[in-house]
Amino acid sequence: MALSGCQTDPGGNTITWYINPDNGGQDALAEKCSADSGGEYRISTSVLPNDAESQREQLIRRLASNDSSIDIMSLDTVYVPEFANAGYLEPVPEEYTESFTEDVIEAAAESSYWEDELVSAPLQANTQILWYRKSVAEAAGLDMSQPVTWDQIIEAAQSQEKEIGAQGIRAESLTVWLNALIESQGGQIVADPEAEPEETELGLDTPEGEKAAEIMSTIGKEGLGGPSFSNLDENGALLRFQGDNGGFMVNWPFVYSALVAGGEDGSIDQAVLDDVGWAPYPAVEEGTPGAAPFGGVKLAVGAFSSNPEAAFAAVDCIRQPENQAEYFITDGLPPATREAFDDQAVQDELPYAQAILDSLETAASRPISPYYSTITGGIQRSWHPPADIDPATTPAESTALVLEIMRGEALL
Amino acid sequence: MSESTELRGPGGASAQSPGTTRGREKPGRTGTRKRYTSERSRAEAKLGLMLAAPAAIVLLLVTGYPILQAVYQSFFNLRLTDQENSYFNWGANYVTVLSDPLWWQTLGFTLLITVVTVAVELVLGFFFAMVMLNAMKGVRGPIRTIILVPYGIITVVAAFSWKYAFDLGTGFVGTWFGIEGFDWFGNFWSAFAVISLAEIWKTTPFISLLMLAGLAQIPGDMVEAATVDGASWWQRLTRVILPNMKSAIMVALMFRTLEAFRIFDSVFVMTQGANGTATVSSLAYDQTISQLQTGLGSAVSVLLFLCVGLICLLFIKGFRVNLGDSRG
Repeated sequence: MALSGCQTDPGGNTITWYINPDNGGQDALAEKCSADSGGEYRISTSVLPNDAESQREQLIRRLASNDSSIDIMSLDTVYVPEFANAGYLEPVPEEYTESFTEDVIEAAAESSYWEDELVSAPLQANTQILWYRKSVAEAAGLDMSQPVTWDQIIEAAQSQEKEIGAQGIRAESLTVWLNALIESQGGQIVADPEAEPEETELGLDTPEGEKAAEIMSTIGKEGLGGPSFSNLDENGALLRFQGDNGGFMVNWPFVYSALVAGGEDGSIDQAVLDDVGWAPYPAVEEGTPGAAPFGGVKLAVGAFSSNPEAAFAAVDCIRQPENQAEYFITDGLPPATREAFDDQAVQDELPYAQAILDSLETAASRPISPYYSTITGGIQRSWHPPADIDPATTPAESTALVLEIMRGEALL
Repeated sequence: MSESTELRGPGGASAQSPGTTRGREKPGRTGTRKRYTSERSRAEAKLGLMLAAPAAIVLLLVTGYPILQAVYQSFFNLRLTDQENSYFNWGANYVTVLSDPLWWQTLGFTLLITVVTVAVELVLGFFFAMVMLNAMKGVRGPIRTIILVPYGIITVVAAFSWKYAFDLGTGFVGTWFGIEGFDWFGNFWSAFAVISLAEIWKTTPFISLLMLAGLAQIPGDMVEAATVDGASWWQRLTRVILPNMKSAIMVALMFRTLEAFRIFDSVFVMTQGANGTATVSSLAYDQTISQLQTGLGSAVSVLLFLCVGLICLLFIKGFRVNLGDSRG
């Protein structure tokens, strides 16, 4: 595209950044970068709906009708292939490709590409770690300084009559959990993500899938997830975890700031806060470290943007490691660039930062496929409620369902 | 007379012929009056058409066009993100939908929720209409306002308040029954109960409003006459009041059934269709908006449209609802 004369046009240098709701961190970055650009561009933000699924729906509807108002978007990492495959993302110009991926955590870099082309810039990377109550682990005789397995946690929760806070709700978090369980054993939900629906093969109906089903159904059937397990999301799991029956929980790092805030306003006892510890994501097999879930947000430029040059310049500014570090501190959302973790302020304010970085280094993406929302939808339908999962039949049934939906032969 | 017959045209002539022998007494007068009203009514009809035309055209544009578009798209294998590769698939979408157990399951749930909520609302609505009609003058205004408040609340907002009232994190209803840890949205029957309750709470005022209109039409002396004749309270209700407001009841029933069948908001907010609570509308939404399978989703929408049409037909032909009667 030809270079436009926007720098000299005072009214035409505004670029719109569609952001996911946060604590105001992205707004602050937009202002900072607008000021730093010296008038080259001015970023105005527009807030998307709360959950990633609705964000995707709104963005994709707009892009399908060639909306030129979408200059930059904060895109959940799992939707990058779908958007890119549909031609909705402007490929990153060569001048930026190196800096956008330099020193970036592997899972974050890998998921920024589609068909060997860089289509987005990692802004933020997220992962789950294991949160536990020290008193419960101690009473159960678990040595938390060593990696623990799901079987050990289940046994400990059973013996102490405590709960395991996983996400059993019929939502994206269920797929997050299943994917982590399968990846922890070296398996993959989708073997070849770039294959067409007709040729796609799934890794659900495998020994890895069966073992994952066993873990999920045990927690569901034996009531280890608590009374509301089939409807338990991340926030619900945190509420149970800080309650009397809390034992273990796999969850994103936002829980730390939520717990601290609860301690400050008095809704959580200091004794409970002191009892909370964190450890690497649980393994499935002893000796093989667990592959923690990977999430996060990418910055992508809309294919119909009227000013992609300015948009990429803005992306380059927003994603600077020091801005990622600032965003980590203000919003609790971890950076995608390693350098940002070394930031002194991060080290001082966020004691769990190193655990997050370690977890991110081993984290595994969910299937990088343009049909991701179909795959996750089919999984959510067939693996829910966890108490009804049958390790002998669910993986095979789920495989058939997901493939049928992908080919447009079944409803979702 | 022959002159007036001519003026009235062929339709008028055939209508007139059986009456010729009876109307012999005042042929001229009848003729003149009819001619006069026919000219006037023609002008009125023309004016009416002109007044109604803009609205009708807008309506056609905003509803007719999307409906036709949906019907057209429903015959294609079409994905919103991959429009170049769409192709005509000879109604395979309908085969897919109708042979999918999910369609029948959502249809069953939608029918269940329609029947249960409409039945309860009808009884409750009638009761509220009686209260509104018979309340003492001083409190009539406040009572009517109180009854109508739920209907004035946006469905999504109402659905969220019900969700929060029963939700595990924020809910307080569980504590009333001593089942604090019970997850209302975690299994089919309790989720169904909460969704139905929210619907009933929200739309009973609508039914009672229509019922009130029907009740108000019954002449007071008719009921008084029945009282004088010694009819008991029950007899007055079943022999005088209900038969005289039958058309109002049927119209209320029909509108509410159509609305209940298209239920979407409450389910979307409260369960997202989990635990078997997906409805036909949410199924259409999921295919079109979430899965971007525009062709398949259009087929679901067209089937939903046909279901609604069937319900309409059932009421109008089967129960002989006369929409004109509702206004009396």
